[in-house]
Amino acid sequence: MISRNLILGGVLSGLFAVLAVLSFVWTPFDVETLSIPDRMLRPSGTHWLGTDQLGRDIFSMLMVGARTSLAVALASVVIGMGVGVPLGLTAAARRDGLLDDVIMRGNDLIFAFPSILIAILFTALVGPSVWNAILAIGIFNIPVFARLSRGAALSLWSREYIMAARVAGKGAARISAEHILPNIANLLIVQGTIQFSVGILVEAALSYVGLGAQPPLPSWGRMLADAQTLISLAPHMALFPGLAIVLSVLGLNLMGDGLRDVFDPKLKRGRAR
Amino acid sequence: MHVARRLLSLVLTLVVASVLIFCVIEVLPGDPAAFMLGMNAQPEAVDALRAQMGLDAGLVSRYFTWAGGLLTGDFGASYTYRVPVAELIGDRVWVSLPLALYALLLSTIIAFPIGIIAAMRRGKAADYGIMGATQLGIAIPNFWFAMFLVVIFAINLRWVRAGGFPGWEDPLAAIGALTLPAIALALPQASILARIMRSALIDTLDEDYVRTARAKGLSQGGVVRGHALRNAMIPVLTIIGLQFSFLLAGAIIIENVFYLPGLGRLLFQAINQRDLIVVESTVMLLVMAVVVVTFLVDMAYAIVDPRLRR
Amino acid sequence: MSLLSVQNLSVQIGSVQILRDVSLEMAPGQVLGLVGESGSGKSMTALAIMRLLAEGMQASGSIVLQGEVLDTLSERQMCMRRGRNVGMVFQEPMTALNPLHTIGDQVAETVRLHTKTGRRAALVRAREVLDRVGLEHIGLNRFPHELSGGQRQRVVIACAIALAPKLLIADEPTTALDVTTQGEILELLRRLVREDGMGLILITHDLAVVAEMADEIAVMQTGRVVERGSVDDVLLRPQHDYTRALLAASVHQPVRQVRLESETVLQVRDVRRSYPGARRLIGRAPPVQAVRGISFDLKRGENLGLVGESGSGKSTLARALLGLEPVQSGEIRLGEYLMDADASRALRRRIGVVFQDPFGSFDPRWTVERLVAEPFHLLDNPPPRRAAVEEVLVSVGMKASDADRHIHAFSGGQRQRIAIARALIIRPDIILLDEAVSALDVQVRAQILDLLAELSAKYEVSYLFISHDLSVVRAITDRVMVMQLGQIVESGETEQVFTAPQADYTRQLLAATPRLPEGVAN
Repeated sequence: MISRNLILGGVLSGLFAVLAVLSFVWTPFDVETLSIPDRMLRPSGTHWLGTDQLGRDIFSMLMVGARTSLAVALASVVIGMGVGVPLGLTAAARRDGLLDDVIMRGNDLIFAFPSILIAILFTALVGPSVWNAILAIGIFNIPVFARLSRGAALSLWSREYIMAARVAGKGAARISAEHILPNIANLLIVQGTIQFSVGILVEAALSYVGLGAQPPLPSWGRMLADAQTLISLAPHMALFPGLAIVLSVLGLNLMGDGLRDVFDPKLKRGRAR
Repeated sequence: MHVARRLLSLVLTLVVASVLIFCVIEVLPGDPAAFMLGMNAQPEAVDALRAQMGLDAGLVSRYFTWAGGLLTGDFGASYTYRVPVAELIGDRVWVSLPLALYALLLSTIIAFPIGIIAAMRRGKAADYGIMGATQLGIAIPNFWFAMFLVVIFAINLRWVRAGGFPGWEDPLAAIGALTLPAIALALPQASILARIMRSALIDTLDEDYVRTARAKGLSQGGVVRGHALRNAMIPVLTIIGLQFSFLLAGAIIIENVFYLPGLGRLLFQAINQRDLIVVESTVMLLVMAVVVVTFLVDMAYAIVDPRLRR
Repeated sequence: MSLLSVQNLSVQIGSVQILRDVSLEMAPGQVLGLVGESGSGKSMTALAIMRLLAEGMQASGSIVLQGEVLDTLSERQMCMRRGRNVGMVFQEPMTALNPLHTIGDQVAETVRLHTKTGRRAALVRAREVLDRVGLEHIGLNRFPHELSGGQRQRVVIACAIALAPKLLIADEPTTALDVTTQGEILELLRRLVREDGMGLILITHDLAVVAEMADEIAVMQTGRVVERGSVDDVLLRPQHDYTRALLAASVHQPVRQVRLESETVLQVRDVRRSYPGARRLIGRAPPVQAVRGISFDLKRGENLGLVGESGSGKSTLARALLGLEPVQSGEIRLGEYLMDADASRALRRRIGVVFQDPFGSFDPRWTVERLVAEPFHLLDNPPPRRAAVEEVLVSVGMKASDADRHIHAFSGGQRQRIAIARALIIRPDIILLDEAVSALDVQVRAQILDLLAELSAKYEVSYLFISHDLSVVRAITDRVMVMQLGQIVESGETEQVFTAPQADYTRQLLAATPRLPEGVAN
């Protein structure tokens, strides 16, 4: 059941991944070379998407910016999953116990801190850097994955095949690894793509207000911040980084939806009715 | 029961959150006074600041002084502005909070009808159109969308001012100044909410009690109005609660696009000037706002769902 | 004039035919029993009559109710018939009511939809109807979650009969209920039919229920009505092969060789188990006593039945016996060793289990080989996996090559065979069968009971057979215990308990259990 969503989403996300990887070895122009005479050029055959206020090639900057955006978003999903999933599985295995309570209250607590506030606290402490953005988004992702995996695991824990595994003498950790995790992996992958896309959006916002990637590291959010004051003069400077964000986020979300359809045939049937 | 338990957890969350913030700001840097003044500070200046901030007292007593101050409206004094933080926050909070609430209202007003239409026309053209549009809406960064709103409505059409805030003395003007930012904030959230509304409604339409209602002679539309909508509100409320926190965060960011004198601009200036006291108290205030709104949404659950009214 | 006449009703989804030429005829005040196994199309027939089929299903044929042709009515007109001329009751009382509305409003809704009645007057009417269905003591402003399953089913019935329709369709109305509650609901339906002269279509998989309730029976198989006639004709002189097979399976007694030995494999002494009460703001409600002092022995090769309704504590006892939960006091001995939540693997291997749900009992991602061999975890030196799995699969009537497949490739009956193989593979002394045949259709159930009887003799394994279904327990056990509110109220030789029950509760249970008439399938 490969849907149109999945193909379109895969192609879009794949395109940005390829551009990001390609930027390590090749970009049309060097992004660190300034060329004031060429500043704010409109899109042309030479500069496909034009140049910025310092004469840098926007397409090249978008390629390198893709690297930042994707890396930050990916790293924060890894943090969120790496910490959140074990927490969620533990809470489910110890359901209604003290540990479950502590983990869930901890989750509620993190939910009270939007990423931007975490980033603000870190930045106040150690100054702005891309690591703040990764940590802030990553921490925000922890309760997302913890809740999701706890909820999904709880409904599995009452299944009879888990009872059968317990009767076979298996402990909670082994059951979580052998039975629970493989059966919630689909959900986690779908949520992972969605959090990936959220990560791109939040990273852009943090960079935009100066709490994320710092110069000279190009990032989509910072490009937008630079473009803002010049938007009447050079709208293309604001247009293309924004479109890059929209398309990559859209691609990931479509891919998430497509994967959900593949993994959950029940929803598919529901739609057919 | 539900109310009491929620209230308890609200207080607990606030206490733990305040301890966390206190630790990050006042314990982790080692000596906050030296940290705030930077490397080249005169030792006498650092000592003076230490005295002014009350840093000579023990950690625990400092925490209680700060937390007690929060309860009585005393947020400490800003080092850079040399005025009480409460005074700084006072005006600005009435930009950020109304903006977030305004956006929440807009998001709900937009999302409900289109989510309901999509659910009722499931699988038809209207559904596909709405789902496609919301998919796009989710992907648009609100601050980028806001820039183009400014270009179109403020610079080209000159319908509204490009930025700034006239104050609440003239409520209409104030609301006008907040309208573009609220629209920019609301659009992505409305897209999310509409999708949640649609799927919640579709789920409830598959429930057994909907079949029971149909067997009584209720039409499909009657079932949606009489039974499905209210049940679908339960997951929708959860999302609305979460959205407030996103919208408040978004408000802080989008203030930059519109040059609104809100908490966001205060915070970013404070960070640049290493004014930790302002950061500490403002972040705490924002966390409080999130927690309180989450609590209110939880209370709304109890109104919708009798199973929680015990 | 007939009350309902259905002619050549067919339903299809795309090219798949679900109902083929179903024809039914009912006189006013009559009870028509519509029986068949799962997937035979009985519920679909009901929904087609109500014209409540899901989108994408096409129905053809004619439906005439009280002389009015229903199949050509517009959806608007049909809405005006539903609830007023024909009411419907569904299987699952726990989900059939809107959790957010009071029961009074839900009953009043039927009244307000079809008559020009204000809310207050409709609620007065709702009160009368609820009184009629035996809920005199339940306030109008109660919510569904405050009611028991049986009470909720009464509310659903009240919604359906509020305007005294001439036809009531009840789709498995008692399947989700306990035996005694089932008896009460059936009695209520019987009374309503009598008092209102209402026609009733009773859809059920349980032949004994129709035998006690219906005037006429229609037997359905794969979307067709294969036999129609009076109760006596169909049950005592069945014409169609399928009807005969169904009846034979319903009264099937597996042939058992009873070889009682003196060795005690399980000894339970004064076991008690309670659960912490619901959480309160501070502390908890008093604990719930689920099992209150149970003692019994199980001998090698013996088949022991444990009968009880929901809430009797039988599942709690099962979990304690399996060493999944600790007990507060008393002891469970397997042979000479104590079984508890920390029991060693060597001890756990003495007891295996087969659960009720053939669909939830297996990890969908594992192959049958891995699934069946999971209990090898309990052995220090397990035998070669593949050979052992193949052997045990063959012994439960499956193919050796089934080991490579995933569980979704198998039917409910086959899955239950695989579940038995999983329990059997480490040759336990005891297999605990927790409602192991309750979810199966009668014919498959009969086959599984035969298999269990065969395996018991072959491997000298003892069964503890936990079930709410008295007829199944009677067919397969030597001794039976009756459990109520955490205690055993009666125990003894199975035949003796069933023919001469001593405890009041046992008598109630037996009296409430529907029975097929004497002489069926002889």
